[in-house]
Amino acid sequence: MVRKPRLAVFKFASCDGCQLSLLSAEDELLAIADAVEIAYFLEARTQQLDGPYDVGLVEGSVTTAHDAQRIRDIRQQCRYLVTIGACATSGGIQALKNWADVDQFISQVYAHPEYIQTLASSTPIGEHVVVDFELRGCPINTRQLVELVAALVQGRQPRVPTYSVCVECKRRQTVCVAVARGIACLGPVTQAGCGAICPAYSRDCFGCYGPKEQANLVSLTGHYLRHGRSPDELLRLTRSFNGYAAEFREVSESLSESGS
Amino acid sequence: MNSHKLPVGSYIRFEKPQLQAVIDRLRQLGYRTVGPRRVDEAIVYDDLRSIDELPVGYLDYQDGGVYRLRHSADGGWFDYVVGPHSLKNFLFPPRDRVLEAHREPGGWRMETPAVDEPPIAAIGVRSCDLHALAIQDRVFLEQEYVDPAYRARRANLFVLAINCRRAAATCFCHSMNTGPQVTRGYDLAATEVDDHFVVEVGSDAGGHVVTAADWVPSALADVERARQQSQALKRRMQGRQAAAATRPRHASSAAELGPAAELGPPAESGRAAELGDVPGIGAVGESDVAQHQPLGRFLDTRELPELLLSNLSHPRWEQVAERCLSCANCTLVCPTCFCSSVEEVGDLTGEHVVRQRSWASCFTAEHSYMNSGTVRKTTASRYRQWLTHKLATWHEQFGTSGCVGCGRCITWCPVGIDLTQEVAAIRGDES
Ligand code: SF4
Ligand code: SF4
Ligand code: SF4
Ligand code: SF4
Repeated sequence: MVRKPRLAVFKFASCDGCQLSLLSAEDELLAIADAVEIAYFLEARTQQLDGPYDVGLVEGSVTTAHDAQRIRDIRQQCRYLVTIGACATSGGIQALKNWADVDQFISQVYAHPEYIQTLASSTPIGEHVVVDFELRGCPINTRQLVELVAALVQGRQPRVPTYSVCVECKRRQTVCVAVARGIACLGPVTQAGCGAICPAYSRDCFGCYGPKEQANLVSLTGHYLRHGRSPDELLRLTRSFNGYAAEFREVSESLSESGS
Repeated sequence: MNSHKLPVGSYIRFEKPQLQAVIDRLRQLGYRTVGPRRVDEAIVYDDLRSIDELPVGYLDYQDGGVYRLRHSADGGWFDYVVGPHSLKNFLFPPRDRVLEAHREPGGWRMETPAVDEPPIAAIGVRSCDLHALAIQDRVFLEQEYVDPAYRARRANLFVLAINCRRAAATCFCHSMNTGPQVTRGYDLAATEVDDHFVVEVGSDAGGHVVTAADWVPSALADVERARQQSQALKRRMQGRQAAAATRPRHASSAAELGPAAELGPPAESGRAAELGDVPGIGAVGESDVAQHQPLGRFLDTRELPELLLSNLSHPRWEQVAERCLSCANCTLVCPTCFCSSVEEVGDLTGEHVVRQRSWASCFTAEHSYMNSGTVRKTTASRYRQWLTHKLATWHEQFGTSGCVGCGRCITWCPVGIDLTQEVAAIRGDES
């Protein structure tokens, strides 16, 4: 019998939502457990098997010096390293601190700031080690995760689209909220995968899957600005869960310059 | 005055509420009746069982990247034009299963799912969309390979068409010779004239269904009035053509749209200038027409394939690529675009595989992916592919233009890129 691939799941600075997406894959969970050997997944089981692993799923961003070293060690242990979610892939919402004064946060939030050891930045895993594949989203969705595991087991490329959320929105036959309601929607610059959930509830896509292939934020935000959106609103829109992703970052930095 | 079946080519009239009897008859015959419904701030095709569900009195204001609905006391039953959906959504649905495969002892068992749906009766279809239907027929039925699911759905389609009395600022059917008057591909073609419909019978099925209404034969004067309404609209659209020659396009379309050009929640009172433009609704007569502004867009189609294909290195492609998001909306709303991607979706066991077909677009990287990578890497090359296919190489491939002038790609482009403007820019620079 062919050896089952060994899977490990690691957590960095994150909310655990992506790991929960794996656990909440109720229909598929048993099949996954059947298809792969879950060697290391602290949120799911106490058994901890040592590496090497065939695939390491990494949730969360790097915010401490300790984590910066830990991800290097993990990389050594994993044949394929896959980031799961916005934190691991682009730094997450906690990357807001990259534009702020971290010492000030620490002194205001914690009763004993002296216990806090943190870097001034939250950075994606890809800034520290080579990443083989990204699963996007805040959180990731179960369907894409199952597809990733299936591809791994079957030895093929995972089918994860890189086109816009608009493609899914139109396939779902949702009426475009940007065109019909004048809502500033990030769908045209955001990678598909969620199934265009937000526009289906008559609200904007706020970019939780991060930039799509060839994301043209300059054109889209320029269009929204010319049609009465404020730089401040667009700054908040582009600087959220994936605000530190290069394409989003560039435009939010130029918005904040023009606003100040 | 009811008889069993009216001959093709006959004209009748009935009071507007009698449309309910026609819908009821279609439903008795087993059709799924779909028609214009107001859903999520737009008018789309959806299930229509009662005339009370029609968006009576609504008008749509459209421009590049903008669509707004307003209610108007003057609006008739069908005075909005086309929304984001078209017949394509029903005949070539956004997602479809084309094959299933199950592993069994000794091999794979393949299954082609049959189309097991009630036939569709579409109510309120416009001339441009009937031309688009004919184009999709060419693509799916009249080439070497026939699409069996499209054929099954298409064979049973019933169409109750509507002659437009009003056009949106994005319509240019007059340029493409596809409207506004319905000329082909309908079972019934209706025109709103005051408080009744003048209806032309276009097929045996139409001649049968329409007898459900309490009808009377149309007087010649009715037929003439219906025709005049279409002609009056066409003249106003041609007025746009004349205006286009003398005015810069940007200025004219923005001025015409007025406040609706602003993004923002639809304001109840913020009526577009165009609204003041349609008091003739309900009674569009000769004299009204002259006073009103021209309507719609204009596309100069003279030697268009030659123009585009001899300008493949024009700087305009790079310029439009700076604005274009490569988001694919234009292709997905286009009633003639037919691209799809097919993928096998397997479960974790690998025992069951579904081959699923979904709408696809030449604006994505995967569309031109081959074993060596993506061929059309830049947005400029994708926009150029789209426009030259629609307006030039489509002729070689299918013997017709790929554009019917419905304007959807202009309205539903999030940044309002306008193909008529892109063509004008290429033409202008050339001459
Ligand atoms: S609602 Fe947003 S995601 Fe959907 S088509 Fe419009 S811009 Fe794209
Ligand atoms: S393009 Fe012509 S036929 Fe189509 S909706 Fe506009 S006016 Fe009507
Ligand atoms: S190219 Fe645009 S205007 Fe022409 S048929 Fe398609 S959506 Fe309509
Ligand atoms: S032309 Fe408009 S709708 Fe089409 S891909 Fe470009 S931005 Fe999107």
